[in-house]
Amino acid sequence: MNLELRKIEIKDVVFGEETGLKEGVLTVCKQDIIDELMEDVNVKSIKVDIAKPGEKTRIIPVKDVIQPRIKVEGKGNGFPGVTSEMVQLGSGKVNVLDGVAVVTIGDIVGFQEGVIDMWGEGAKWTPFSKTLNIVVDIEPVDGLDPHTHEATVRVAGLKAAELIGKAGKEAEASIVDKYEMDDIFTETGKYPDLPKVAYVEMLISQGLLHDGYIYGVNSQKILPTLIHPNEELDGAVISGNCVAACDKITTYQHQNNSAILDLYKRHGKDINFVGVILTPELTTLEGKFRTCDYTAKLCRTLGVDGVVVSEEGYGNPDSDLLMICKRLEDSGIKTVLITDECSGWDGMSQPLADTTPEAVAVVSTGNVSHVVELEPADKVIGSAEAIATLAGGWEGCLQEDGSMVCELNAVIGATSEIGYHNLTVELY
Amino acid sequence: MVKEIERYGIPIVHMSTITTISESVGANRIVPTIAIPYPVGNPNLSKVVEEDLREKLVRRALTALGTEVEETTYF
Amino acid sequence: MSYKVLYYVNQFFGQVGGEDKAGMAPVMKDEKVGPALGFDQLMGEEAEVVGTIICGDNYFNENNEEAVKFIIDAVSEKNPDLVVAGPAFNAGRYGMACAGVAKVVADELNIPVITGMYGENPGLEIARTKSLVVETNDSAAGMKDALAKMADLAKKMLKGEKLGYPEDEGYFAQGKRLTVFSDKRGSERAVEMLLARFKGEEFKSELPMPVFDRVAPAAAIKDLSKAKIALVTTGGIVPNGNPDRIQSASAQKWGKYNIAGKDSLEGEFYTIHGGYDPVYANELPDRVAPLDMLRKFQKEGLIGEVYEYFYTTTGTGTSVGNAITFGKEIGKELKEAGVDAAILTST
Repeated sequence: MNLELRKIEIKDVVFGEETGLKEGVLTVCKQDIIDELMEDVNVKSIKVDIAKPGEKTRIIPVKDVIQPRIKVEGKGNGFPGVTSEMVQLGSGKVNVLDGVAVVTIGDIVGFQEGVIDMWGEGAKWTPFSKTLNIVVDIEPVDGLDPHTHEATVRVAGLKAAELIGKAGKEAEASIVDKYEMDDIFTETGKYPDLPKVAYVEMLISQGLLHDGYIYGVNSQKILPTLIHPNEELDGAVISGNCVAACDKITTYQHQNNSAILDLYKRHGKDINFVGVILTPELTTLEGKFRTCDYTAKLCRTLGVDGVVVSEEGYGNPDSDLLMICKRLEDSGIKTVLITDECSGWDGMSQPLADTTPEAVAVVSTGNVSHVVELEPADKVIGSAEAIATLAGGWEGCLQEDGSMVCELNAVIGATSEIGYHNLTVELY
Repeated sequence: MVKEIERYGIPIVHMSTITTISESVGANRIVPTIAIPYPVGNPNLSKVVEEDLREKLVRRALTALGTEVEETTYF
Repeated sequence: MSYKVLYYVNQFFGQVGGEDKAGMAPVMKDEKVGPALGFDQLMGEEAEVVGTIICGDNYFNENNEEAVKFIIDAVSEKNPDLVVAGPAFNAGRYGMACAGVAKVVADELNIPVITGMYGENPGLEIARTKSLVVETNDSAAGMKDALAKMADLAKKMLKGEKLGYPEDEGYFAQGKRLTVFSDKRGSERAVEMLLARFKGEEFKSELPMPVFDRVAPAAAIKDLSKAKIALVTTGGIVPNGNPDRIQSASAQKWGKYNIAGKDSLEGEFYTIHGGYDPVYANELPDRVAPLDMLRKFQKEGLIGEVYEYFYTTTGTGTSVGNAITFGKEIGKELKEAGVDAAILTST
């Protein structure tokens, strides 16, 4: 498969009469977005706002973050299976509005939506303080059941990103990243001496606001599945979850999966990157045994020498992570795990809910309970009070002056377990 | 929490779905349950069948409390 | 201005006597005795040992309350900036006494403590979380090195300087997991770690696997029909409105609610646990905490009674440290209430 991600450098975003792109400035027509999204009968109202890096703006409660793009050559614009027709992804040329993100907010569906601060202390802890954010506030009609509420907001966000992406149709790219990978036999024929590596991407699949979607298929329904890295980079996997703001994989992070990108960089040089295995994290013990056995078997079938395994969430999925690790290590396959930890406010608690001595190589992406103090914002897009109900926040953590204390749990992307952000943990 | 309560000499049974965690952490009496969102229930079943399921699981828990154990035991 | 240090030693290092004096009650000398003198010299101008407490190892371990009171009084008299105890090397009772000193001074008096021990000293487990414990040899032959490391650490601590990694500074890791920024993103570090494994190169795992302790199983109930059973859950089941504002994740508290006379939790309770799909628990909370069945068994005479209080908290993201505290507090109440057994459900 051959995929080109053509990055168009966006320097600024403004509202205007018509959505378009000129000399690095993206103009967004608010009304167009509102009209398009209001076509869904379940949507009551839409508000659109812009938040730029450095502004004293707080966005809360954040549901998803999506990168606006447009496919200029090849099939599969939008999100096949979800917002557009079913097509095989992974090939073609995609224009990417680099540096821009669509951020969705709105009434809380569950408890794990998050916060993004565009300046100061808060900005350090989220990668999305550096993107020009187009914030779409989606209000659903009254009386929707929670599952429909979630779906409505999810699809609206993706559609908004699709619409805005169109602005990039004719633009010139400043950087073109090429992702070329043939079938496994051909690639192994080219690099017979390089160690074969697979990436196992665990996806939370535990119900309302805890699901992922692959070509529109709810990850709860799948067996561990082999997928070409290009497919994920091309939009095949989207987020339907807010497992916890700090480590949920946003759609943007699927589109730019750092584990895939870092492995791809080494392909043909230090490793033979053979593919990605998507593994659901289920809620029954039998389900966990089934998926862990199956994942390990797929790895063995591919004949890999090593595997990078990333988790999504914490608590019960720690068990899956370690079971996969043990099965692989017992088969002679070397593993590196990427996970965050729940070490408490004082950092003194045991980091994981489960344990296995085979996990000798682990990257820690941070303590989700690390407490941060955020200054008052000049502008809040959304509802500041939401922090009281969010995981990582609590009643009374928001002060009258607008400052707040909360755990990293509540900060979007802080402890990303695909290794997207740059936190680590040291032992003292 | 299970272990701390047991340290007072109070026999306690852990009803949980992810028993691998239960066992790793060191619970002594374990009853495996149905699923994380509904450990002692199952909304996919009819009311009568679901209640019967719950009754059987709680009965097992009580049996666990009445049984001497030396090490981690499943009921 | 030089800092003040209060020093603690046992009867042997305090030059009073050997095993025969292990029962001696604590005394405070204004002079610097034994290791206190060596430590004082190493600190030079920066600090001065203003007193040496000498206490028998057996006395400390057998008369803990009185010994602790003595320490508190001594500290209040001398007003030190730092307390130093030991080093205890591999002496078990001495190590436990040093740990006891560290505990009271750190927890109740909020003054930093430095001590020194050998890795197998039984006092290490407690001492390391309350004080900085320098790693020493297993015998007093290592006194010179131990005091030198302790003095170096003391100087840094008194000046408020940031300490290096435990392995570099020579003290036992306290178990504190500190979140910091790295110059590389996590996935890059992961790929590098895998490459190191392929090449057989050294690498350092960022997350050591936890080791969980064991508890002896409690004796079984002899007669269930007379037993008082308590229901506890970590599924976050709370009364409507969550009156005590228990957190949806990373719980900082637990709740207890009177369920006397209730045949089920339906309608009056719901879940605030953020880690699972709440729809089914909200419809019928007994799917998470089966009060309905316990009540049924009570009516049938299978069990004696259901304890009138139901205990709840949120399990997701809740640190093990907090879980241990909650378990201790709830366990204490259950014990005092004469509860015979408990069922704990998790999600």
